[in-house]
Amino acid sequence: MENIVIIGNGIAGVTAARHIRKLSNKRIIIISGETDYFFSRTALMYVYMGHMKFEHIQPYEDWFWEKNRIELMRGFVTQVITENKQLVVDGSRSLHYDKLIIATGSKPNKFGWPGQDLHGVQGLYSKQDLDLLETNAPNKDVCKRAVIVGGGLIGIELAEMLRSRDIPVTFLVRESSFWNGVLPEGESQMINEHISEHHIDLRLSSNLKEIVSDENGKVKSIIVAETGEEITCDMVGLTAGVSPNIDFLKESGIELGRGVKVNRFLETNVEDVYAIGDCAEQHQAIGNRRPIEAVWYTGRMMGETVAQTICGNKIEYRPGHWFNSAKFLDIEYQTYGWVFSERSKKEYEKHFHWRHATEKVCITVAFDKDSRAFLGINTFGIRMRHEVFDRWLTEKKDVDYVVEHLIDANFDPEFYKNYEAEIADKFNTEYGKSIVPKKKSLKRIFQTS
Amino acid sequence: MSTYDRSMALTGQPPKSLNRHQKIATLIGMFGLTIMLLAMFNVSFPQKGLWLSISLAAIFTGTLWFSWEAYSHKLPGIKNDGVWFKSISSRGFWGWIAGIALTGFYIVLYFYPEYLGLVRDGDNKGVIALFDPLSKALSGNPASQWFVYGTLYTVAILAFGIKFMWKYRHNRYERIRTMSVMFFQTAFAFIIPEVMARLNGDKILNGGSLPYYDLKNVWPLNYYNFEGYRIKAFLSSGDIGFALLIFGILSIFVITPILTYKYGKRWYCSWVCGCGGLAETAGDSFRQLSDKSLKAWKIERWVVHSVVVFVTLMTTAVVYSYLGTDTSKYWLTKSTFLIGVASLLTLVFAWVMLFKREQLQKDAQYGAIGYFVIIMALIGMHFFSGDGNVFLFKSETLRKSYSFLIGSIFSGVIGTGFYPIFGNRVWCRFGCPMAAILGFQQRLFSRFRITTNGGQCISCGNCSTYCEMGIDVRAYAQKGENIVRSSCVGCGICSAVCPRGVLKLENGPLKGRIDSNQVLLGNDVDLMSLVNQK
Ligand SMILES: Cc1cc2nc3c(=O)[nH]c(=O)nc-3n(C[C@H](O)[C@H](O)[C@H](O)COP(=O)(O)OP(=O)(O)OC[C@H]3O[C@@H](n4cnc5c(N)ncnc54)[C@H](O)[C@@H]3O)c2cc1C
Ligand code: SF4
Ligand code: SF4
Repeated sequence: MENIVIIGNGIAGVTAARHIRKLSNKRIIIISGETDYFFSRTALMYVYMGHMKFEHIQPYEDWFWEKNRIELMRGFVTQVITENKQLVVDGSRSLHYDKLIIATGSKPNKFGWPGQDLHGVQGLYSKQDLDLLETNAPNKDVCKRAVIVGGGLIGIELAEMLRSRDIPVTFLVRESSFWNGVLPEGESQMINEHISEHHIDLRLSSNLKEIVSDENGKVKSIIVAETGEEITCDMVGLTAGVSPNIDFLKESGIELGRGVKVNRFLETNVEDVYAIGDCAEQHQAIGNRRPIEAVWYTGRMMGETVAQTICGNKIEYRPGHWFNSAKFLDIEYQTYGWVFSERSKKEYEKHFHWRHATEKVCITVAFDKDSRAFLGINTFGIRMRHEVFDRWLTEKKDVDYVVEHLIDANFDPEFYKNYEAEIADKFNTEYGKSIVPKKKSLKRIFQTS
Repeated sequence: MSTYDRSMALTGQPPKSLNRHQKIATLIGMFGLTIMLLAMFNVSFPQKGLWLSISLAAIFTGTLWFSWEAYSHKLPGIKNDGVWFKSISSRGFWGWIAGIALTGFYIVLYFYPEYLGLVRDGDNKGVIALFDPLSKALSGNPASQWFVYGTLYTVAILAFGIKFMWKYRHNRYERIRTMSVMFFQTAFAFIIPEVMARLNGDKILNGGSLPYYDLKNVWPLNYYNFEGYRIKAFLSSGDIGFALLIFGILSIFVITPILTYKYGKRWYCSWVCGCGGLAETAGDSFRQLSDKSLKAWKIERWVVHSVVVFVTLMTTAVVYSYLGTDTSKYWLTKSTFLIGVASLLTLVFAWVMLFKREQLQKDAQYGAIGYFVIIMALIGMHFFSGDGNVFLFKSETLRKSYSFLIGSIFSGVIGTGFYPIFGNRVWCRFGCPMAAILGFQQRLFSRFRITTNGGQCISCGNCSTYCEMGIDVRAYAQKGENIVRSSCVGCGICSAVCPRGVLKLENGPLKGRIDSNQVLLGNDVDLMSLVNQK
């Protein structure tokens, strides 16, 4: 019986294991140094905020693994010896594999800031980071102020977490507006406002110069590069992005770039070794995607794909239309297709932006200014139906069609206020159109006729 | 695992701590309760009407002020910070105290009402006497333990309903739904029956008197609706009485199936029902305590369907017991009735087995077959043995045991008393035969489903944690499957707490409602068709 070993019990590794089990009878072993069981990394914040206990963020009950004959092993793989298909776990135990899947995820970036390894300085990625946070910032008496460095999705989550315990937070963001490398200006602006509404001290265009230690090797304050201001704090969160967690592979002969280099079949340069999830790097970017995609969905899709290949049905990794979602404090964000920020958008990409007069609700529709083809949409405070946008993107609908039928894509709970008419009005005014928004049609939504 | 003691780290700290106003609000509420407690221990209050008003007002104000302080100065959004740190909502010390107190209250209420001051044939004492003025104002009669209970129940639904609406003020589905349960409780369960009692003896009832009837209470939740004394009372109360009886029959056989087809069982369980109303309002802080394990689901299916069988047998036996045998007197006789019941059960059973079999799990199929055989055998035994008892037991024995075991112990003592331990819908999930029947239909023949939004789920678990019915919503959502579960009461909280906008309660076409396929969007379409091959 073939022996499949998976390093990493995150979404990528576990999805691969589940699908291999569905398709075959192979022996499956998952090794992870982090936790005994798979948990949802994306939900770590809710444990600190008291919405859930750690056990709730484990998607499968503990009996699941044995029942599905997926063997779990706790330990860190320290070495991969590809010549004789051996793994070394925790520097001592060794293990044979027939096929190896590397799904080791990411680690928080540290950019060599002075003081970055002091006590009280941490990232937010692992279960261990969560536990550490309970020590560094258990409450507002122990942690009188926290400074978060890096304005991305994890940074804002960390800010929300700390605020739930009433801990004052200073949020250093390198960009001139929150996440504006990704979000168009109007949206980014709205999130800035929302961050301040939550009494978070948002410092835009601010970089970290250094972290200052007290006499016990614990953080005492930080210094802002631009102004030289010293901010006293008891905890520093480093959330300036992540990068693949692959240091243990340096000697293995497996080709590495920033991540583990893979082809479209998720194969590495070494036979029978695959890489998926956050740690995999495509030789060539797929469409508009980045070569490394550190998102939950990518791990899941790669896991599904690699399982097919390993079970004898060799298949390319071919992700469909891009989608993603996040939540900025109270504002839900969804995106379908591509909407680029002013910084990175192409010359042909034009944006239609609508924002509600009083509420924190807005959308941006991207389209091709020549062909008027619909390219993508960002929504804040409105939920959208994935299936409908996926269809519209496949069918290459134009922007007028999308504005006209927007209600079909609405996924807000029943009885919610609808904004489609207002949106169409603004669109009409801006582009001299006379689109009358259609009424919602179950027939169109569910494609039943 | 972490050895760090979270509760210590957070002692008296946000999000656990109460602000000064909340502490005062708590005192005010406690003051209201104390008046009732004192009354219970026979401290006699001179002006009962006044003291009752003070007490109820204090409870009401205390609850509202407390909630206002909790939510008013926060932005609209999900308010679950600290739920698992607070001892009341995480089965901690206060959770157990509250559980024990509530359970004690129910035991006294059901079995020892004299401790509340109930005096048969004489003036009430204690806390019941405190409620006399209000009862007399409404129905003209002195209060009973049920009147006290009904009043407190209504106050709880109203006060905690307002709290719930503040908590979910960003969510219109939740707000409207809560207004609906508050309305049905106040009007249908509380005021209308009391006012109806005023009609008793009146000439529009032909001098008859109606049984106490909460119109929204449908059989089998209202398991006693067709008992002999009630039928007599309905039939002796002129056209109105007759109309009410017909309404009672139509509610279960016509109105309920139509509404459940169109909207799912939520139209009842979380928009109308009083048990559901209390669970959703006063019980909201405990929804996360429901058990999500697969084992609990298995137990749930067996227990709740056994209750359905029990209530069907019991009602059949009771109706049977007062029917005659002579066709010339009344068309409905013992045997026509039994034949009717047997045919109806056969019809339902045949329909399910012929058209919907593949939608039932294996154990559900065995269960259905087993129960069906038993019921038919028992009915058969009656016909072939000619015995006066149907179903081996005397109907009175069946009725009494049902009313004790299910009506009192299960729905009251366990169902509500144990809110802080097992969650707020234990009764609805494990015990309520009405929910089971509606659920059966919801699973097999309804337009309602919870749609999963393509591939957006991040498996975070908020939905499962906050599902009061213990449904592992995430298990479906993370596979891209719709959630079509018989137990779902459509409270909408899973959708509300989902941070990625994955879930939507909606009514739509039957076709494709239950996706046994995993349609996780985002991946290669050809691959997905491969994944979906079974
Ligand atoms: C706080 C936070 C919030 C996030 N929120 C979102 C979100 O909302 N949406 C979204 O799309 N993405 C989100 N992400 C990103 C998402 O969680 C990741 O993309 C995803 O978890 C990556 O999955 P993976 O399986 O590739 O790796 P991981 O989940 O990182 O799993 C890898 C596992 O391998 C283990 N491991 C590593 N090296 C070794 C070794 N040598 N030996 C043994 N075990 C090893 C690690 O300890 C880890 O347990 C979030 C991430 C974080 C940290
Ligand atoms: S599945 Fe959702 S709507 Fe249904 S009962 Fe559970 S939380 Fe409520
Ligand atoms: S459906 Fe929503 S709440 Fe439930 S696990 Fe998925 S993302 Fe979380």
